[in-house]
Amino acid sequence: MTRPDQGSSRRDPAAAAPSARTAAVVELQGITKRFPGVLANDDISFDVRPGEVHSLLGENGAGKSTLMAILSGIQTPDSGEIRVDGTPVRIDSPRKALDLGIGTVYQHSTLIPALTVLENLMLGDSTGLRLDAAGARARLEEFGALLGVDVDPAARAADLALGRQQQVEIIKALWRGSRLLILDEPTSMLTPQAVEELYTVLGRLKADGLATIFITHKLHEAVSLGDRISVLRRGQMVGTLNADAVGSTPPDKLEEIVIEMMFGAAAADLSEVGELRVGGVEEADAAAPAGPARVLGEPLLELVGVAAPGVGTDPGIADVDLVVHEGEVVGVAGVDGNGQRALAEAISGQRRASGGEIRLFGAPVNRLSVLKREKLGLRYLTDDRIGEGIVGNLSIALNLFLKRIGQPPYWRYGSVRKRAIDARAEELCEQFDVRAPGVETRAGTLSGGNMQKVLLARELSFGSKVVIFHKPTYGLDLKTTLAVREMIRQMRDGKAALVISTDLDELLEVSDRIVVLSRGRLVGEVAPGPGAAEEIGGLMIGDVSLSLAGAESAA
Amino acid sequence: MSTVPGNELLTEVEVPNRAGARSGAVGKAIDTVIRSLVPVLLALVAGGVLLLILGHNPFAFYSSVWEHGAQNKAWQESAKRMAPLLLIAVGLIVAFRANIWNLGYNGQFLLSAAIISGLAPSLVNDLPLGLAFLILFLVAGAVGAIWTIVPALLKAFYETNEIITTLMMSFIGVGLAQILIKGPFQDPSVNIAQTKVLELDKMLPHIPGTKVHVGVLVALAAAVVVYLAISRTSFGLKIDVLGANPRAARHVGIGVKQLIITSFFISGALIGAAAAADILGVWGYIRANWNPAYGDTVIPFVFLARLNPLVVIPFIAFFAVLSTGGTLATQEVGLPTDFLLVLVALILLFMTVIEFLGRRRSLGQSYLTTGLKDALRPPGSKKKAPPTEVEEKPREVVR
Repeated sequence: MTRPDQGSSRRDPAAAAPSARTAAVVELQGITKRFPGVLANDDISFDVRPGEVHSLLGENGAGKSTLMAILSGIQTPDSGEIRVDGTPVRIDSPRKALDLGIGTVYQHSTLIPALTVLENLMLGDSTGLRLDAAGARARLEEFGALLGVDVDPAARAADLALGRQQQVEIIKALWRGSRLLILDEPTSMLTPQAVEELYTVLGRLKADGLATIFITHKLHEAVSLGDRISVLRRGQMVGTLNADAVGSTPPDKLEEIVIEMMFGAAAADLSEVGELRVGGVEEADAAAPAGPARVLGEPLLELVGVAAPGVGTDPGIADVDLVVHEGEVVGVAGVDGNGQRALAEAISGQRRASGGEIRLFGAPVNRLSVLKREKLGLRYLTDDRIGEGIVGNLSIALNLFLKRIGQPPYWRYGSVRKRAIDARAEELCEQFDVRAPGVETRAGTLSGGNMQKVLLARELSFGSKVVIFHKPTYGLDLKTTLAVREMIRQMRDGKAALVISTDLDELLEVSDRIVVLSRGRLVGEVAPGPGAAEEIGGLMIGDVSLSLAGAESAA
Repeated sequence: MSTVPGNELLTEVEVPNRAGARSGAVGKAIDTVIRSLVPVLLALVAGGVLLLILGHNPFAFYSSVWEHGAQNKAWQESAKRMAPLLLIAVGLIVAFRANIWNLGYNGQFLLSAAIISGLAPSLVNDLPLGLAFLILFLVAGAVGAIWTIVPALLKAFYETNEIITTLMMSFIGVGLAQILIKGPFQDPSVNIAQTKVLELDKMLPHIPGTKVHVGVLVALAAAVVVYLAISRTSFGLKIDVLGANPRAARHVGIGVKQLIITSFFISGALIGAAAAADILGVWGYIRANWNPAYGDTVIPFVFLARLNPLVVIPFIAFFAVLSTGGTLATQEVGLPTDFLLVLVALILLFMTVIEFLGRRRSLGQSYLTTGLKDALRPPGSKKKAPPTEVEEKPREVVR
């Protein structure tokens, strides 16, 4: 089977098995890219061959995104050479990248929600006045057959599940005959089932001779999917494990090698890293403390039949019953956009509940303001760090105190006591390992990880009792992720935590039990253990697929 | 989510005494001074070129402005002009810092002015003078504040765009002021539509030794008080948070609705007080169709001062000299006084340019854009300059 619209330049698929002798589709040599104060890419050489998946692994800030941006024409390198089929090229626009056969699938959907699948795909066909809908439909069918997926050309992009949207994105990236597909963190928004489908699709594309760069910071994905694995660290290429090595090394051993490449030799011994390695159920079991036998304390947070309205495209919640006891960490799983934000904001007080009762320490708080609930010990670690967590113009110190503006001893007689604030802020920065030149540094200049640490310091200090963690490790690097998960686990010590996350591995690792949120309702509860991931995945998409079927039959 | 004109500038606001990082503080201060002064200087140069084209000697014109605006006793006229300008500027700063675009200053000012002019003649005769002035200032402030109620409530509870509502209320306020001047407050003894004129000895007293009324001191005091409130108190921090990130304000439990209403009230009250200072200190009456539109000319200086109530003082002084001296200077050479507005517009224009270049520089790029560099390159070298653009995320202000 050949992919549609593939010219003679493509090599025979039969010979596509990666080997050192196969000429690279795209080759980077000595790529350097400098941003103010940062050397994002330092003399990086890298290539990808037909019929292979090349995993690109690295922590946040390691330079993966820059490298990808250079390949897809968003950035141009300061120095270095890019060769396509051995010919040096200059990729100075995304269109040029597409013309050269490099297609990119970004982490977040770039489909236009109001348009149909077919219309989205035809957006790139801007040659000539007439749209060739019939031809495009035939092309889509060919692609569907190649990928082994069945996409309805007339479905609106907005009605598709995220996994399906991504398949359309892949088709879009290949639409004009790409020979290199770049996938940026493709699994971060997907259910386990959708990840399986993605793996299948990538397998078929590989067999068809497509070169793929698979960018991820999840180790087990890089190892299970990559023919070759390259690791970036602080803008430098640490090394590439070639196909023979990957093929002949058992996965456990391979992961150890890769961890060493990512963090240096010393880090491989870190016991915590091991926990995250596979991220699978077995590890999660080991991490969870004694399960049902543990005695729980009083219920600290109770939701009885709570409903809250949606805002814009963000859906609301209905009939939510939930109890979090003292010493308990409860996870909320669900595909993004199923009412997570409404749930968090209804509890924090940012959104008025339209029904039901929310109780803190046994007393109803429905009518209390955000500030009053905060004073009772309720904290909400927002998922939108930049959008609502941080005020970028203000210093780290002031950001740490935004939830206690005007309160003694930091404000006296209406006047700010800067010294008291700075002293306490310095303590907090030390305690939570915030890396910054000083507490006077503008919070907006911090990296995502440090920003999250500032927020954690704010939410976990000053007498917090019940904390809602909303996507607490989203976009963070491995080390920070581990630190944050450890903080969540420590909530078992006399406090209570509600962890809302789309990362199932994370929930399995930190939660005592997991409830599943789907279309604004809690559809089930699962205890972490063997088979939990599959069960949760089923609950997560159950209603979505029903609604999709409804939408399709209506169309 | 929407972007509002002007918030580009707002994001650059330095928080006084707060963000002041020790390292490079001097360099930063110099940078700020340059960014504030250069647009003014460039505007004066461009204005000079314009004068040349019109056949006037720019040096003669500017020295004439200086002579009529600052030398001898002229500075006293300029100082008097400062009082309403500064009070309006400070009033706008309070609102703008909270990202509230109170553009209803003309209505707030004129309505207060009309009511003060109507009430003053009887009040100053019936009450001790000091008490009468106090009451009149309070009434003026109250009128200005009340005229923001509708936009304030609509914004606080329905997130209605205050740019539109304040402008609409401004037109109504201006119209209502005319009705008051031509109706209940009309001086029956004259044929012109105006209020009764205050006797000279019943106006605001002068600062001893000068002919400058004490309203100027009120304005300066207001600037200092607002500065302290903004930099030292929890209220100031709250409006900065609201202004910089309204969603964060909601998230951290700031009472956003009350804060919007409070900021609006303070802003309106200061603008109303500006009317009291101007009427009681300078004019003594109000005529129908009189609209000095102080606010329109003040806005560029509010931004040049980066919404800092102390820094705005020298800018307002500059403009006061320009407008008092300029009025006479333009008459001397036979130019329309609108030429002064051209200068203000030029300042605004250059401010935007400098702001853009400054933004590039703070991102570590060259002052020159890629296109400019290519244009400036000697014709021999064909090579294009490597693009230096860092992808700059559009700054979003969530409203």
